[in-house]
Amino acid sequence: MNLRKILTMHDALKWILLLGLSIFLLLMLMPFFLVTINALKTESEFAQFGPLSLPHVISFASLIDFWNRVNFLQPLKNSAVISVSVAVLGVGLSLLNAYALGFGKIKGKTGILIFFLMANFLPQEALAYPLYYFAKFFHIYDTSYVVIIVFTVIQSAFGTYLLASTFSSFPREIIEAALTEGCSKLKLLTRIVIPLSMPTLSVLFVFFFIWTWNEFFLPLILLPSNAHQTVPLALAVNQGQYGMNVTAQSASGLLGILPCIIFFLIFQRTLTKGITAGSIK
Amino acid sequence: MAGTKKKRSSLDKGYGYFLIPGIIAFLIVIIIPFMINFGISFTKWSGVRAPIWIGLSNFQRLMSDTIFWLSFKNILILLIAMTVIPTIVGLLLATFLFDYISNNFGQRVSSFFRAGFYLPQILPAAVIGIVWAWILQPDTGVVNYVFKSIGMVSWAQNWLGDPKFALLAVMFVMVWFQIGYPIVIFMAALQRIEPELLEAAAMDGASWFQKFFYITIHQIRPEIMVIVVTTTIYTLKIFGQVYVLTGGGPGNATSVPSYYAYKNFFETQQVGYGSSISVVMAILIILLTIVFINIQSRQEHEENA
Repeated sequence: MNLRKILTMHDALKWILLLGLSIFLLLMLMPFFLVTINALKTESEFAQFGPLSLPHVISFASLIDFWNRVNFLQPLKNSAVISVSVAVLGVGLSLLNAYALGFGKIKGKTGILIFFLMANFLPQEALAYPLYYFAKFFHIYDTSYVVIIVFTVIQSAFGTYLLASTFSSFPREIIEAALTEGCSKLKLLTRIVIPLSMPTLSVLFVFFFIWTWNEFFLPLILLPSNAHQTVPLALAVNQGQYGMNVTAQSASGLLGILPCIIFFLIFQRTLTKGITAGSIK
Repeated sequence: MAGTKKKRSSLDKGYGYFLIPGIIAFLIVIIIPFMINFGISFTKWSGVRAPIWIGLSNFQRLMSDTIFWLSFKNILILLIAMTVIPTIVGLLLATFLFDYISNNFGQRVSSFFRAGFYLPQILPAAVIGIVWAWILQPDTGVVNYVFKSIGMVSWAQNWLGDPKFALLAVMFVMVWFQIGYPIVIFMAALQRIEPELLEAAAMDGASWFQKFFYITIHQIRPEIMVIVVTTTIYTLKIFGQVYVLTGGGPGNATSVPSYYAYKNFFETQQVGYGSSISVVMAILIILLTIVFINIQSRQEHEENA
């Protein structure tokens, strides 16, 4: 055992390929790293050593400066309220639709499901102006409500499509047993279907939450005032504003990235399960 | 419905009520707005006063509108960055991770790489724009800093502000953003391939390339189609990245249809014309959705056969 392990050609190649792949991944992740190190630098350090040096002294000045400039807690709260509401309501609406379509024998079922998928894929500019007009007409323009309502429906279009297909393969014996014993349709949904579909529902919840958090086009149109902006909006509107220095700009990038990294770490497993479920059931 | 629910024939009935909230919600948020938008596309309207019916004039104007065609051409070029490159590179990387890295270093390592490549996908379009606009800035950006510090001063460019480079820069960002999505889908798809198939081919003396082209690609072609169609739809809908990175500029060098529609709606107040742009895009996307559904139902059909 005193001999140093001699690498065979295959072993050497193996490590070289892993190294190559790692370098590629590091380059892919470089933007995250660059934004972080420069957000934690002072402006004078940036001016002196450029964007590639690690901060000699960790400074939160840029982050705090940007945070206060946009009053960042407000968009964080707005985004959280909107995304959680849409996730809850969207899963609920998907569930009702999919329950009717997946379990019931409804005429033109396939057609309805195709309609739902189209509704989700539709370009938002094809709905934007009428929605903008409606929102003003009903006096919910520039409130969280309008965004919550709109995205609950748009997200549940996808949720209905996905859930209905899993429901159609739901074990028939369970349904029949429950119904012949006199269980009502509502009880069947709340006592049996929901508990048994929890894994799929949680995937939908996570996706609706993140999709809604990331939305840009319709919130841009429906939420003009600072007080109601979501995180992506607040960051985009303040981008490159007069008097904002280069470290404050990287701070704004970091503040945009951080919540998403947190979601990613929390939901990673559900996410990978869901991405594949979305395209191929 | 209470009295009949014990009969077998009634087991499939009585679910319709659960569709009522969905129908109302979809009427208000999707169907009626879509119809109104469709109607507006035949009018001249500034958003105030009454719209004036002008028939197909908006669509005729579209046909000869150079900015619209430029936006459309940009979308076609962006397809290279958002569909073609991610599908090919994603397929190669997924196969490499699944076949090689996973076998030699274990599944944990390959899952780690998969998660890493996927990371850009979770960012909001606007944040992607902010981060890359910062990296690509002409004076203080990282890219030009690197070129200057290694003595290639002439390589430093105004990436997002120069019409020669702006679209290329947007494409580069989109490749970076998009690559993780096909990797995740393809790695899941590769698990479906029966190992016996590959073993049998190997026994017959098939090379790695032959196995890749004749077995792997053949077996996962439904997923390849799904990726191609969904990423094409995303490309047709692209808005946030363009809005933040370039604002469609310089000039209209990076304009895309959704951005052009937005400008007509909310900047130049040509609501009717904006609607006609969005109608064209909606029709294209509906056609692609039909293709997508056909692929999925064909695949289901094969699974059941």
